[in-house]
This record gives sequence, C-alpha cells and structure tokens, in this order.
Amino acid sequence: MRVNLTVNGRPHTADDVWEGESLLYVLRERLGLPGSKNACEQGECGSCTVRLDGDLVCACLVAAGQAEGREVTTVEGLAQGGEGDGGDRLAPIQRAFVEAGAVQCGFCTPGLLMAADDLLARVPDPADADIREALSGNLCRCTGYETILDAVRLAATRTGGAGTPEAPEAPEGGGRPCASPGRPRGSPSAATGPAGPAGPVGSASPCRAPTAC
Amino acid sequence: MPRPDGVLKVTGEFAYSSDLWHEDMLWGHTLRSPHAHARVDGIDISEALALPGVHAVLTHDDLPAATHYGLEIQDQPVLAKDVVRYEGEPVALVAADHPETARRAAARIRVAYTELPVVHDEAGATGPGAPVLHPGRTDHHAGHAGHPNIVHRQPVVRGDVAAAARDADVVVTGAYEVGMQDQAFLGPESGLAVPAEDGGVDLYIATQWLHVDQKQLAPVLGLPPDKVRLTLAGVGGAFGAREDLSMQAHACLLALRTGRPVKIVYNRYESFFGHVHRHPAKLAYEHGATRDGRLLYVKARIVLDGGAYASSSPAVVGNAASLGVGPYEVPNVHVEAVALYTNNPPCGAMRGFGAVQACFAYEAQMDKLAAALGMDPVELRQRNAMSEGSTLPTGQTVDSPAPVAELLRRVKARPLPPERQWETTRADGSLAADVRALPGGLSNTTHGEGVVRGVGYAVGIKNVGFSEGFDDYSTARVRLETLGGEAVATVHTAMAEVGQGGVTVHAQIARTELGVTQVGILPADTRVGSAGSTSASRQTYMTGGAVRNTCRAVRAEVLRRGAARFGWPDPDRLLLEGGKVVTADGEALAALADVLGDEAIDLELEFRHRPTQPFDPETGQGFGHVQYSFCAHRAVVEVDTELGLVKVVELAAAQDVGKAINPQAVVGQIHGGSVQGLGLAVMEEILVGPDGRVRNPSFTDYLIPTVLDTPAMPVDVLELADEHAPYGLRGIGEAPTLSSTPAVVAAIRQATGRALRRVPVRPEHIVRPDAGQE
Repeated sequence: MRVNLTVNGRPHTADDVWEGESLLYVLRERLGLPGSKNACEQGECGSCTVRLDGDLVCACLVAAGQAEGREVTTVEGLAQGGEGDGGDRLAPIQRAFVEAGAVQCGFCTPGLLMAADDLLARVPDPADADIREALSGNLCRCTGYETILDAVRLAATRTGGAGTPEAPEAPEGGGRPCASPGRPRGSPSAATGPAGPAGPVGSASPCRAPTAC
Repeated sequence: MPRPDGVLKVTGEFAYSSDLWHEDMLWGHTLRSPHAHARVDGIDISEALALPGVHAVLTHDDLPAATHYGLEIQDQPVLAKDVVRYEGEPVALVAADHPETARRAAARIRVAYTELPVVHDEAGATGPGAPVLHPGRTDHHAGHAGHPNIVHRQPVVRGDVAAAARDADVVVTGAYEVGMQDQAFLGPESGLAVPAEDGGVDLYIATQWLHVDQKQLAPVLGLPPDKVRLTLAGVGGAFGAREDLSMQAHACLLALRTGRPVKIVYNRYESFFGHVHRHPAKLAYEHGATRDGRLLYVKARIVLDGGAYASSSPAVVGNAASLGVGPYEVPNVHVEAVALYTNNPPCGAMRGFGAVQACFAYEAQMDKLAAALGMDPVELRQRNAMSEGSTLPTGQTVDSPAPVAELLRRVKARPLPPERQWETTRADGSLAADVRALPGGLSNTTHGEGVVRGVGYAVGIKNVGFSEGFDDYSTARVRLETLGGEAVATVHTAMAEVGQGGVTVHAQIARTELGVTQVGILPADTRVGSAGSTSASRQTYMTGGAVRNTCRAVRAEVLRRGAARFGWPDPDRLLLEGGKVVTADGEALAALADVLGDEAIDLELEFRHRPTQPFDPETGQGFGHVQYSFCAHRAVVEVDTELGLVKVVELAAAQDVGKAINPQAVVGQIHGGSVQGLGLAVMEEILVGPDGRVRNPSFTDYLIPTVLDTPAMPVDVLELADEHAPYGLRGIGEAPTLSSTPAVVAAIRQATGRALRRVPVRPEHIVRPDAGQE
C-alpha cells in the first residue's frame, strides 16, 4: 500500500508498504529517518517516541496505515534547523542533554527528548516528581536517570518551559500515548501481523555508514 | 568538555548498528532451537528456499571452515549440527529482501528434534549419571575442573581455616542466591556485512572488542584476518553482553554466500536469546570472628551457572574466587568457585562479573556477623577493612590506595534524607501523599500506611583490567600535522565506544599532552591495532594510557625536530601548550605549526599494564590482578510491609577513582552502575524453568528500573592516585554495580526483619517469610 504522511513539516510518500509494517519501520527503513529507535518494538521502552498529530506515541505500536494523512514529528525535527541540523540550532532540551551529561550510549535519547520536550511544553516549571512521571515510559540503561533530570531542569530554567513550538491538537484515534505510566502494555510487533507481500526496502533511504566524531 | 558524539546523538543522526543501510541490502534472520537440549535429526530447508524473496538458507552443512568459536574456549557452534544445548541456539540462517519474508522463511524450515534430558542445576550437572554436555573436552581447564560438566574450578586457600574455626568466638553461616540478570542494553544486536571485491568482507558492527571479533570470525569464514575488516557502528550500550559474538558470523556468512550486503537486527525477544547473561549463583558462606569483631576466617563455596557454553565463565570463576571474601583482611581463607555447564542460557560477561555475586553474599554475611556480635555493621566493616599494604587471600599485596574504611565513613556521615518525603500539604492545609514517592508508586497502593524505612550499607572490591597473566594491551595511533596553519591532532584507536565516553577522554588526553585545541577522533576499526575490550573497567586505563603514551612519543619527536632545526638546548624540558612550544617558565619558543611544517608526525604504539600471573590451580595464590577498584553504598529504602513493595529513597555512593579524567563521565558511570545493582536487588531476573526455557524474554516481563524506580544518588568521588596507572587513575565502571545490590537488600532487611537470602527480592519474600527462602 501507499502511505502519505507529513514528517517534520515535509510531505512524504512511502510506496509498497506491507500492511504489517509499523510507523517506526516506515520512518527508519523507508523514509531514511532512523533517529527514532528500535529498542523493544513492543511499547515498553519509549525509544521510538514521536508525536503523531501532536500526541506522544510509540511509533512501534502505530501501524503504518494509521499514519496516513497525519503529521509526525521525530527527533530529527526537534532542532530548529530541522533535519540535518549541524548542532548550531539545537533545541534547548537537546543542548541541555549534551551539557548535563544525560547522553551516554544515546539509544534512549531520542525518545527521552521527545517526552521531555512534550513535558516542558505542557508544564513550564515541572517539579522533580512531575519530570519522573513524564519520563517514566522511557527506559535508560546507562545514566541512572540523574543527569536526565538535571537536563530537564536545566532546559526548564533556560526556556521558561516553552519546549519546541508545536500545534497540539486532539488526536483522532490511532496512536497510543506512551510516555505516561500505566500506558497500554505491549501488543505484538507489527511484523507478526497479517499476511501481505513483501516490498523492496529502503528505496528512499540514504546509505548510512558509521559516523566519525 | 562535551562529548564529541553528543550533538549527533541528540539530533538523531548518530548511526547505530541497527540504523545502517546499503543499496541492494538483504535482511538476515536466525532460526533458533525451541528446546534446551535436543538431538537434531534432520533439517529440511526446501520450503523456505521456495519462498519468493528468499536469497539463501544456510545450515551447519554450509559452513565453509571452522564450525565453532568462543572467547577463550571454542565450544560454541556457529550453527548447531547434531545437538542443541540451550533454548535459542542458532540452527539455520535466512537472507531475504524484507525482514518479514526472512522471518516467514525461517518458520518454514523443518527441523526434526529428539528432546534430551535437560541439565538444569548442580545436582543434575555433576550427580551420578549426568549427561556430559561437551564430551571429549580438550581445553586447558578440563584437567583440574573435577567433572566434565564443570567449566572451571578455582580454589583459593590461605592460612589454616580449621584451626581458626577452633579459635572463633562467633561463627555465622549463610546460603545465598543470585538470579540471572540481563544486561538489557537498549540497542539490539545488529550489524551490516558487506562483501568486498577481494573476496573478503567489511562488517559494521556494535561490539565491545573489534579485534577479538575479527580473531573469531576469520577462521569461521575461512578468510585471512586482513580480509575480515571490522568498523565500529554506533553501540547502544553493552555492559558485557557484546563481548561474545552474536550475529557477526551469521551476517558475514550470508553476505559471502549471496554476494549482497546483509543486515541483521535482533528484536528484543531475540536479544534475550542472542547474548549471554550474568551467571546466576548459589553461594554458601561461613564467617568466624573474635568477640571484638576481628575476622578470623572465611569459608565459601560459589557455584555459578555458566549455561550451555563456556563464554567468559573461567574469568568469572577467577574473580568470584579471588575476590570472594570482599575488601577485608582475612588471615585464613578457603574459597572454592566453580562454573557449571548446563542447558540453561549461556552466561558470561556482565558488569562486575564474579565479583557482583560474591559481594551480595559476603556483605550479607558481614551484616549477619555484626548482628551476632551486637556491633554496628559499618564499624565491623571498618575494623576489618583492607588498606594499602594489605595482603589478599591470593597472597597479593595491594600496592596502591585502598580506602575502604574511608569510603564507608563518607557514606555513613552523609545526612539521612528527611522522613516522609512523600507527604505533601494541600491548599487547605491538610496532609496528602504523593504516591509517586511511595512504594507501589502510581499503582496507588499506599498513602503511607504500613510503610517502614530501613538503611543499609555495603562495600565491594573489583579487579580492573584483564587478569591472571593475560597479555592485556591497547594500541593508539596519533597523527600531528599542520592544517590551515594550525597544528591538529588525530587519534585513531580500535576502542569500542559503547556510551562510556572514551572518545571524550581520548580528545582530552590529546589536547593535554600535545597542547593543541583541534583533535579529531577517527572511527574505530581494525586498520589500527587492537584496543582490547571495553570491559573490566579497563578502557580509560588501557586505551587512555595508549593515547597518552603515543601522544608523548609524538611530543618527543616534535621537540627533537625543533631542537634540530632551532638549536634548543635541553628539549626534554620543553612543553607543548596553546599550540606552541614553551619553556618551563612559559616562554614561547615556536608555534607547533612552524616546527611541523608540512611534515606530519604519525606514530602507532602499544601500551601494556604491568604483567599479572595466573592463580595457582589448587591454592589460588598469585599476583593475579593489576588494580583494584572500591565503591561503598548507603541505601535508604521505604517498604510497604503489607504488600512487600520497595521504594529506594536514596542510594548514596562513595568511590575512589584515582583521578577523575572526566568528572561528569565518572559520576555518570557510578550512577548507571548503581542503578543496575538496584535492579538486581529488587526486580531484574531472567526466569528459567526446569525445562531450561526462558519465561520472560521481553521488557514487559523482564523489568529494568524506570526513572520512577530510581532514587536520588549523591556521589562522593575520592581521587587517591595509583602510581602504577596513567595519571593515577583507577578503573571505575564496575565497582558501583557490586555494592549497590547488597546495600539495598540490607536496607530492606533492616526495615522488615526478613532474612532475604536471594536477589532479586520479590514482594512475597517480604510478606511471606518462607517464600523463596528454601
């Protein structure tokens, strides 16, 4: 099937999408946007957190077809320069993560940034308990979370909690919120879904090689 | 200074191994055994091959060369031949043009199995009539292991335990158990193998040690090592789980067979079967002491379940045995540690291996002994604490700072967190409870009723670097040249950056040693010599040491050239600072760029720590470890005693790091290690049934701490230099994982009065005193 969606403000079309593919797969493997991460693919770890029409969702739990005609914001869209930003125009929460030491392996970072950005947009000056609650759907295995709390506090201080500009609208079904505790527990990953033809992979993706620092 | 990879990681541009993509790429998938122990009677791949989109299906019969691999003992089949020894053992491989097609093809492979008796525990492994899991062993541990299903056995014997037992005023015994913990890194096993025109293969991979992967892969692929080229892809955490090969050989075999690039990415379910775990352990201890609290002897037997294949089991045994009494002076010791072969999941490296299991038991014993003596548990520990100059049970005398008593003093001296922090005041002045800070959290199970606080302490000892005579070295290549009129350094190592921040440290070292501001860090690959493993808390010491030494050799060459050209007297006393050559008084002699001209200096050198010795196979005596690392914790918990739910309120740490090269990264390691220890204390366990099958291979059922489960973690960093180590630094990554677990459990014991001999502590262990304590 064909899926049309807007990602980080730009229209995209993905062709030959198998009905069982997730939004996460389409973003990563068909649209060349691998910033959203594939750590559990069952809605438990929050590494694939994106906004779907303004709402936080785990992209692994959203069927690709559910994203038809909708607006998706990924970690690649957080920096004010948009995708491919060289770091000069990092969003305050991104800069705070780097400065506070909240990034170690970094695999959880994209999801945490999306969740923290959403929190700061809603709650300008969150108490620690609010930060913990808002980030409790995002697992991190490296940091013990202390520096992540530091980063969110730092970003809140600097921005007055403005977060990244976003036009939140009420969701129309589809995505499940995933950054709050008590979120729906994982359903089987999209790939175990109903049968369908397998399409070619990654035709729109750039060749990605390991990055020098 | 910020991490060089930090901006890429916050913008989503950092390329992890699972993000890689290549034109014409195929997806690989692994068919795994559903049985823990079975004979393979036949494999029929015809239906799988017939599926459109499938490009190759490989079984054991397709292997071109070596059929087994392993870090130390080559006992692990690349693909199972006639027997499978654990649930999840790889049996066949598929390459297809879509990952779902590959999965479906794998499901069409027909494997005929005959199930065999499952070896699940020590009695089953070494009792009469036990099936021998690896007949005909020829490895060098086989001779003294005592049984073919024992991978390795290491006794440590010192003094006269029997005589000491007669003199002891107080004796305490205990039997303890540690569950199987998973590293649970977030970035799944993944990589991309690209066949090369020269018949070789280029593998982009998340690993902890590129060269040991290469060393194991070349024989399996039937290629010379220089045709198996590895480049580190972005690594989403490791914690030991990437020391063994996972999909490396499989992706390369498929790529060489199909002539197409092949990517393999495990999902979380497969990841639980795709890497080794922390050894579960059963530990029996006996401590004897004088009435005034002097330890006279320790007897211990530590049984580690190594699962189906050897992996790192021998080194885990060595650590458990040699560090088995903890950071204490004990004149009489008899410890024996063994690792078993079973049909349980293979176990190997996880942060703090061997030492973590022992620390839970010996620290529980110290608390028990303190109670028996009526003594403060911290005071008992301090009274017996080892220090610089102490002789360990292995006969090794510790020749650098060992501030065990001071670390304990520091965590104890810290003010306790206020009581009832969960209590809040409503607008009308009445009291309410913020359930987020209470046991049970947002499950809203208590508003403070039945909640009791407890405080617990623990301290541990971990070795740093590879031990027991291993030739442990790291390589660094450093280039200094003039670019755009400025001196620029480039550092090239094969160090696996797994998140720890080694790349930051290398840049810091190059700046410091060479006095330049511009430092480039090249991608890690096998074009440069081995950096050894990113494990054993060793990389800042070892590859940091290699970068330092190579930089110093480059500096010496700069000064030699400058002295030759400009006639400087005494070039050895000159310094490089701010891009200039300066005298000790700060007088600038020349710009580095002018000394270099257009002639770069490019050196590649190896760095070794001082040699260690193997432990004697019967007495465990020997200079086995190069350096020791110490951390102490104080845990404050609140327990809902009615439901058995635990909230860790604060987890304070004090650690000696020798020298904090990057203070932010040091504290980050202590935080991260502490929380992994907390996870082992109260929630993390892979449950394996008597049938050898894993019950909870998902993040739904294997729980790791969330931000709501973690407490405030104040950290006290000591810097007492080790004169044997670069910059005086001490490896730090593992020690905080040791003492965190027993400190949390000690606090729960104090709150509940329960014995709690097993981790993780489950609610039923608290509310039903007999549960799980059999």
